Amino acid sequence: MELKFFCREIFLRFFSILLFLTWLPGLSYLRTMNTEFHYRSEPAEKLAIESVSKTFNGRSGKVHALDQVSLNIKEGEFVCLLGPSGCGKSTLLNIIAGLDPPDSGQVLADGKAVTGPGRERMVMFQESALYPWLDVLGNVLYGLKLKPNLTRSERRKVAHFYLKLVGLEKFVHAHVHELSGGMKQRVALARALAPNPRVLLMDEPFAALDAMTREQLYGDLQEIWGKQRKTIVFVTHNVREAVCLGDRVILFSRSPGKIQDHFDIALPRPRGMNSANLANYAAAIDERLKELLKKEQGELNELKVLNG
Amino acid sequence: MKRALKTIIAFALLVAVWEGLVLAKFWSPVLLPSPVDVGKYLIDSIRDGTLLKASAITMKRLGLGYAVGLVLGLPLGLLIARFRFFQDTLGLLALGVQTLPSVCWAPLALLWFGQTEAAMFFIVIMGSLWSITLATDAGVRNVPPIYARAARTMGSRGWHTWLTVILPASLPFVVSGMKQGWAFAWRSLMAAEIYITVLTGFGLGQLLHYGRELNAMEQVIGIMFVIVLIGLLADKLLFSPIERFMHRRWGTAK
Ligand SMILES: Nc1ncnc2c1ncn2[C@@H]1O[C@H](COP(=O)(O)OP(=O)(O)OP(=O)(O)O)[C@@H](O)[C@H]1O
Ligand SMILES: [Mg+2]
Repeated sequence: MELKFFCREIFLRFFSILLFLTWLPGLSYLRTMNTEFHYRSEPAEKLAIESVSKTFNGRSGKVHALDQVSLNIKEGEFVCLLGPSGCGKSTLLNIIAGLDPPDSGQVLADGKAVTGPGRERMVMFQESALYPWLDVLGNVLYGLKLKPNLTRSERRKVAHFYLKLVGLEKFVHAHVHELSGGMKQRVALARALAPNPRVLLMDEPFAALDAMTREQLYGDLQEIWGKQRKTIVFVTHNVREAVCLGDRVILFSRSPGKIQDHFDIALPRPRGMNSANLANYAAAIDERLKELLKKEQGELNELKVLNG
Repeated sequence: MKRALKTIIAFALLVAVWEGLVLAKFWSPVLLPSPVDVGKYLIDSIRDGTLLKASAITMKRLGLGYAVGLVLGLPLGLLIARFRFFQDTLGLLALGVQTLPSVCWAPLALLWFGQTEAAMFFIVIMGSLWSITLATDAGVRNVPPIYARAARTMGSRGWHTWLTVILPASLPFVVSGMKQGWAFAWRSLMAAEIYITVLTGFGLGQLLHYGRELNAMEQVIGIMFVIVLIGLLADKLLFSPIERFMHRRWGTAK
């Protein structure tokens, strides 16, 4: 047993050194990164989305994913984007993140145009996108290592703090595949929060989870948001989820993706999923959503009639 | 423990049957010598040092050539995956050359380097380099784009993304490519050693070749046995640990 362990160690080390050596030129570049410094509770950012349009040329023809979408989001506001599947919510989120460019229009973050992704705007993806070759702590540390002027122990402290915040302090050294779906999303949340972004962009982060875990995470998210006012843009197609979390719910319609309505949710926090007021809001939004879908269906039928 | 015991018993039985058949004169010992003769040859050649010396020479050629193949192959694979131009030129070349059994390089190697160690290295490198390159390329292509996107939102760019995300994410492919490269290098070296006589040292392949010349089948079979043993050891000591490590990390173990 001892010998086996020893051999394994030796060879793993040998290979990591070898892999490392092939990449020395890359490393020298690394040292030139990490120059700016800002840490400690950063103020939330306000976002201005100015007539953003995007079309895709897919296999099934042109898709008008976003058509002249404009939206202002205040600093520290919790906004939910609600709409049927395929209405361009993820597309808009990716454009806000700077991951994809819009065809026309622009996104301003604190008045400055967004030209690429950056750690002021962290994204939590529909799937967790955690790195399987790192353990839980390593995943949370990844973003922190890219933050300049933090010492090793500071980084670890921050990572542990956020892992505790999402209730995973016992799983710091677990591998990603050993976690349940809900735990993975918690790690993803910790990873997104740890570098202290000014905006949090969340793309249906809890869609794949069961109702109970989800409700727990709603509570956690509201609590965290209460403590560290970040601007949050939260994409969902679940009406109750949107009402439970958002200060404002933005209703999207499909083909082309367009904003149809705004709802201000004036409910005290923390909100539970089962309050009667919440149900009232949800019912009103649901009705509007159905109306929109019916209209869309009607237009489609009209088109069919017109085309013979 | 029980498994190991069963394995040993099975092989002991096989050898016993082999010995029995030879004793029963089922075939002429010239065609297939008895395991006792093979064992005798192995012990003798270990005693007089020829076997260990030949093994050392072969392992040195293989180890060095393979290391060079690895150090060149990884960056080449990344280059092919990264730049369209290299994909259309180098990638195509690698794909083509990889289909070429690397002993085919022997005549050129002899012409360029003469009957020297360099010729051997060259053949080993040609055997391992291309499959490592292609596997790295394939590994990079199979990395889910969301990994790199997530890295970019966390502030990673260019080289940093390649080093910390793309490279580790492609590790499963790269390791299987390294394993294939090892197998190719091993086979090509054996073929080369049998085919070419190099004046600077006699490897296992040359011992096997002389066994044939002398009609000493126990030598041929003994060397074959050593070759198999080295291959097995390399697999068990070199690649199994890495693969197990990856299975545990990625959660792909059965
Ligand atoms: N890369 C792409 N190529 C072609 N079409 C695309 C691409 N990405 C998105 N689309 C199209 O754009 C439209 C909007 O997609 P998007 O992913 O933004 O929808 P969504 O609102 O996030 O839906 P869901 O709630 O199902 O996630 C869809 O009709 C989709 O087919
Ligand atoms: Mg989506």
